[in-house]
Amino acid sequence: MKKHIIGAAVALGTLISTVSMSFAEELLVPHLTYRVGPFAANGTMGANAITDYFTMLNERDGGIGGLKVNPEECETGYNAQKGVECYESYRGKNPLMHIPNSTGITLQLLQKAPEDEVPIFTMGYGLSAAAKGETFPWAFNYPASYWSQMTSILSYIDSETGLKGKKIAFLYLDGGYGREPLPLLDKLEPKMGFETVRIPVAFADSQNQGSQWLTIRKEKPDWVIMWGWGVMNITAVKEAAKTRFPLDRFIGNWWSGGHVDVEALGMKAKGYKASNFTPAGRDFPVVQDVIKHVVSKGLTKTEPDMPGKVLYNRSLFMAVVMAEAIIEAQKLTGKANVTGADVRKGFEMIKLDEARLKELGFEGFTPVIGSCADHEGQGSIFVQQWNGKDWEKITDFIPPMTDIVQPLLTEAADAYKSDKPGWKTQNCS
Amino acid sequence: MFYKETGQFKSRYKDELAAFPLFEDKIGIGILGVLTFLVIPLFGLPGLNYEFAMGAIMIPCMIFIIMTLGLNILLGFAGQISLGTGAFSGVGAYAFYKFITIFPDINIIIALVLSGLVSAVVGVIFGLPSLKIKGFYLIVATLAAQFFLTWAFIRVAWLYNYNASGAIEGPNKEMFGIIMIGPQSAGMTRYYFVLVTLIVLTWLASNVIRGRIGRSWMMIRDMDIAAELIGIRPLVAKLSAFAFSSFYIGIAGALMVFFWLGAAEAESFDINHSFLYLFMVIIGGLGSITGSYMGAIFVWVVPVLIKEVGKSVFGFDAFVMENFSTILLGAMIIIILILEPHGLARLWQITKQKLRLWPFPY
Repeated sequence: MKKHIIGAAVALGTLISTVSMSFAEELLVPHLTYRVGPFAANGTMGANAITDYFTMLNERDGGIGGLKVNPEECETGYNAQKGVECYESYRGKNPLMHIPNSTGITLQLLQKAPEDEVPIFTMGYGLSAAAKGETFPWAFNYPASYWSQMTSILSYIDSETGLKGKKIAFLYLDGGYGREPLPLLDKLEPKMGFETVRIPVAFADSQNQGSQWLTIRKEKPDWVIMWGWGVMNITAVKEAAKTRFPLDRFIGNWWSGGHVDVEALGMKAKGYKASNFTPAGRDFPVVQDVIKHVVSKGLTKTEPDMPGKVLYNRSLFMAVVMAEAIIEAQKLTGKANVTGADVRKGFEMIKLDEARLKELGFEGFTPVIGSCADHEGQGSIFVQQWNGKDWEKITDFIPPMTDIVQPLLTEAADAYKSDKPGWKTQNCS
Repeated sequence: MFYKETGQFKSRYKDELAAFPLFEDKIGIGILGVLTFLVIPLFGLPGLNYEFAMGAIMIPCMIFIIMTLGLNILLGFAGQISLGTGAFSGVGAYAFYKFITIFPDINIIIALVLSGLVSAVVGVIFGLPSLKIKGFYLIVATLAAQFFLTWAFIRVAWLYNYNASGAIEGPNKEMFGIIMIGPQSAGMTRYYFVLVTLIVLTWLASNVIRGRIGRSWMMIRDMDIAAELIGIRPLVAKLSAFAFSSFYIGIAGALMVFFWLGAAEAESFDINHSFLYLFMVIIGGLGSITGSYMGAIFVWVVPVLIKEVGKSVFGFDAFVMENFSTILLGAMIIIILILEPHGLARLWQITKQKLRLWPFPY
């Protein structure tokens, strides 16, 4: 017995001592994923795309600036506590940035980032107010904040049917993410003369929206806007079709317009709309490169039909913005092995205009142009429609109502720092 | 050979009543003290990054021990089962947040005690049904507390100061000139604060449990009718157990958000956390303070270590290890409960028994 115990202790000791790692010359990009848990179907797609893009860079170009990129994954299961645990596990390894992949985790990390000097990049999610670079030097939410997106959707509705005097139902996931646009709606309602009916869907009720759609039938709104995620989306579209709500008046945000959300419904979901900033399709040169260098070589867990889907392409785009920030940081410092603080400056100097996007194989994606003061880029979105088989882009880029959103963002950013003495800001003028 | 009472003579009554009467226990506690007060805060854990060791293992572990202690008082000592632990910890956290934002100059210790008291009051209110109902029926009543409170954390915007994010966030806050909480606080400061809180609360719990109140809890647990006949008032005994337990859980909740996570949404206080704390108590051993320590450490550290080892030694993917650690932890829980239904505390007791006879067992 004693021998066994000693043996076990020795084995455990060696295991633990080998856990401490020495890191080679590489660019560590921590990558918080959720391949397990309630949103795993969406999370796996995104996680694969980011890893694939960096693998492709390593295979095709030998990394960035001569150094291989290591997109090291840490599994959060979309759980905020696990997210913090993951964040801690990258300490001391020179992480270049963090991508929390969850609004809940983002909120926890926002305060830690300035102290640890590692930027946080949240594409298409996170805190809207982080768009204000002067208040949030360490957070970026290119290409647009949720609030910007909401105004783009509203101006689309305005161009279709007019907005004044209309009744809009806002169906949202009852969590930090879904409640994000509520303060904006409070402000816009009187200003623009429309009326909203707010209908929360508790996370546990995602698959059971009978009462919500009964409300919608009763209220007879002109439009339904949805802030949904995961299985809530497909349930909502199904319910809408069942209750004969005209699907072309039902518009989801960019997290409610993936292939997983409508594919299973097929023709039944025909007409459903969603906003987007990353067009679907496999014809983009970058998607072809990923297929050629990574997927067909079997260097990934990606299924052959995944590339080209909305969420996959979006995460590829996320990865290219990350890579671009590293490239800018390398240009700025003149060395390949950059730090988190350098990458933060890289994010501010990002200039993914149409020419650069075309060069990288992303023609038709929303341009991302950052600056010190503007960490969201105020990017435009377009509206896509499900034709029964695939998503079809039906509008040009619709810019956000900058004059309305920006003052509100400033207000929100000021409110955020107001109860945080010692909050680190920066001066951009 | 070890842990033998024979030969350890006591010449004073005080020694009889000491928390650790045995010489070996004193040495053990001494080593633990040196480790936790000097070695770990200075050097971290072997093989792990210092901040990771502090932020992902030591600090959460100690907070969960307080949480487990609290639940163990209710479940293990007073025999009242509760599934509202997650929500009661939330009450503590939100109360602490309100105290430090309404009174920005409040001392952290005072705010912590006050938020524990708020949680205790809420615990007593939801503990009232325990006077009428027992067992499964009481579970349902505490479940109602769980769902009602998490609903309130989302719906009552006053609780999170009308933040757009709906989350409570820890601002930087000083005590005696040192930043104790908030993003600018050092891991070491928070570690020491949580450690001292843990020791104070353990000392308090062990004394209360050995005293009149604790004995009345155990009498209620073992046979409530007999206890009532002897002269224990169930009302006082049961409600004091709820109050005491919620006080601990509330403090643990406040520590969890402000000394560990930094920010939290209602999600951090959901039913899954209630289950997690229940596992910690059951794995550790009902009605044992040592068990609370062991259960919390086991349930929290084992998955973290499995994941780290799997990732860096064997090179498995993160999500594979995530699933694997869940499976392995579940399997270990089942195995432990089959081999030793009374939890790790009982295993430790058996080990001590064996050690007494060790080189020459008969």
